[in-house]
Amino acid sequence: MTSRCGVCCFNEARRVAIFGGTHGNEMSGIMLVNMWLKNGAEIQRSGVMTKPFITNPRAVEKCTRYVDTDLNRAFTPENLSAPSADELPYEVRRAQEINKTFGPKGSADAYDVIFDLHNTTSNMGSTLILESSTDHFTLQMVHYIKKAIAPASCPVLLNEHPLLKYSTSRSVAKHPIGLEVGPQPQGVLRSNIFESMRVIMKHALDFIELFNNGVEFPPCSVDVFKVQERMDYPRDTNGNITAMVHPDLQDCDWEPLNPGDPMFQTFDGRTIPYEGPSPVYPTFINEAAYYEKQQAFVTTRRETLAAQAISKIEQ
Amino acid sequence: MSKVSFPALSRVAVCGGTHGNELSGVYLVREYLRRKHNQRNAQESFTLMMVMSNPRAVQQCRRYTETDLNRCFTRATLRTATSFKRESRRLISTPISDKTPYEIVRSQELNGLLGPKGSPEAMDLVCDLHNTTANMGLCFISFSDSDWICLHIYRHLQRELATIPVRYIHFDTPKNEAYSLESVGKHGFAMEIGPQPHGSVRSNIFVAIQEGVEQMLEWIHLFNSGTQFEGGSVEVFTLVKNIDYPRDPETRAITAAIHPDLQDRDFCLLHPGDPLFLSFSGETLRYKGKEPLYPFFVNECAYYEKGIALSLARRRRVVIPSIQCDRDR
Repeated sequence: MTSRCGVCCFNEARRVAIFGGTHGNEMSGIMLVNMWLKNGAEIQRSGVMTKPFITNPRAVEKCTRYVDTDLNRAFTPENLSAPSADELPYEVRRAQEINKTFGPKGSADAYDVIFDLHNTTSNMGSTLILESSTDHFTLQMVHYIKKAIAPASCPVLLNEHPLLKYSTSRSVAKHPIGLEVGPQPQGVLRSNIFESMRVIMKHALDFIELFNNGVEFPPCSVDVFKVQERMDYPRDTNGNITAMVHPDLQDCDWEPLNPGDPMFQTFDGRTIPYEGPSPVYPTFINEAAYYEKQQAFVTTRRETLAAQAISKIEQ
Repeated sequence: MSKVSFPALSRVAVCGGTHGNELSGVYLVREYLRRKHNQRNAQESFTLMMVMSNPRAVQQCRRYTETDLNRCFTRATLRTATSFKRESRRLISTPISDKTPYEIVRSQELNGLLGPKGSPEAMDLVCDLHNTTANMGLCFISFSDSDWICLHIYRHLQRELATIPVRYIHFDTPKNEAYSLESVGKHGFAMEIGPQPHGSVRSNIFVAIQEGVEQMLEWIHLFNSGTQFEGGSVEVFTLVKNIDYPRDPETRAITAAIHPDLQDRDFCLLHPGDPLFLSFSGETLRYKGKEPLYPFFVNECAYYEKGIALSLARRRRVVIPSIQCDRDR
């Protein structure tokens, strides 16, 4: 990336990957990638090599989130630099292979853009997930996508939290973008969810094509939800949950949760209110996969990010 | 129809976690066990056993570990351990060993605990709790459309539960081919509730099934106390057939999703020509049957591997007699 007169210049995004099946039971991405592997016409864009890819084939085969360990947490520096061995968990070996093919992470040879397709049981709609507030390329891309699908909404989740941020499969690329579409049960394919994800990918690839063709995108602002805190279920001494997400909070992703609002309901009907100091915007509410990660929902705060103008570096 | 008498239902079992990722039943059983010392007086007319059917699958939050427990209760499978020396009636049985799937072993244990199936020692009533990803509300599922105890409990819940529709699904399978857990009891049904993603618990769904179980226990107490329940007629959905997804002939991968017009429309009448599937290439595939039927288990996650996109039922009216407990028996 270089800079001239307030415009961030990036190399053309020539190498793009679309990951499906990072979690083997999140069906929209799996079906889309398999469809595009068979016939990639829809994802062709001039000047771009777009590679659809199933990241966790063994989990996909078993229709399970993961086989040994969560692939979407496996791209840590320790795992990627560990000596390759058969004894390593399947997903760690897989992360090393993916890093070799699409990375190495952090190097000049890494893929330009990776889209990682996910589903959630939460009522998050079509959410775009960013890992950096200063990657102006991805900020401009999400701005473009949001405008393209308006008036339908497309919330943007920013996870830069030093403790809650995790090493995703897409983090191998220079510009990683997560797509999280819900609500959809694990193992289920819902037509409307499938089509929503497909439309978002179409606009994302259109953006890349425009960028590569020399379009300069002017400065803009992007409203995001920035991850603050993970909230776990109340649990007993055995670690079993003792309350459920309250009916007033269930399905209310992105809506304000004020101090005193109902948060959990115990199995015997008692309400536990949210007792934070200020309103928050919860998301990933009642994501089935997060029970084992001690997360009932995550709180976010609204922020507006300034995206600089971007254009491609002229060769 | 003249009144029918039954002996008291003195031993009742409620089972959760038969599928380890169907969490309403798991948490309901856990909650009852936690509150055991606070049992209501209503339960003095019968003993209530709360059972976690598949603890290993519950611990892993999976439907099953090796094989579906809720298909292990045919007489043939239950005979597995006990008749390894006999090869009777074309049944070949194998002894239980380290290689026996966990669920087969567990089905033996449950048959011992709640059965033996077909014997006088079996539980009077077994209610097995399940969740579905389909928008089915609360459904009784039974192999019988003439078990008056089950049908009266169903009618009672229909009248008492305000927040959720209550229906009765009948699988017209001969009793001796019944394969599911509740068939171990003298009377039995599954209580299936949705929609809920597997591996999660939704508070509205939990509260509804909790109320369903409490109303069932309330009915049992009234019945055991001698109340006469008047006859009448109830609506029953009898399974006619299942429809699989369209699949690629070579890879068997599915090539279409349930059509948006059908998604979440369980129990809305499906007419010939109505949309069934929307293919990935945008084509609408339509219902080609001649008879309008009622869909259910529309897009149930666990049925992808069983080759079922949706099931279709005929709606019928079943006449039920008045019933009363014969307390002398």
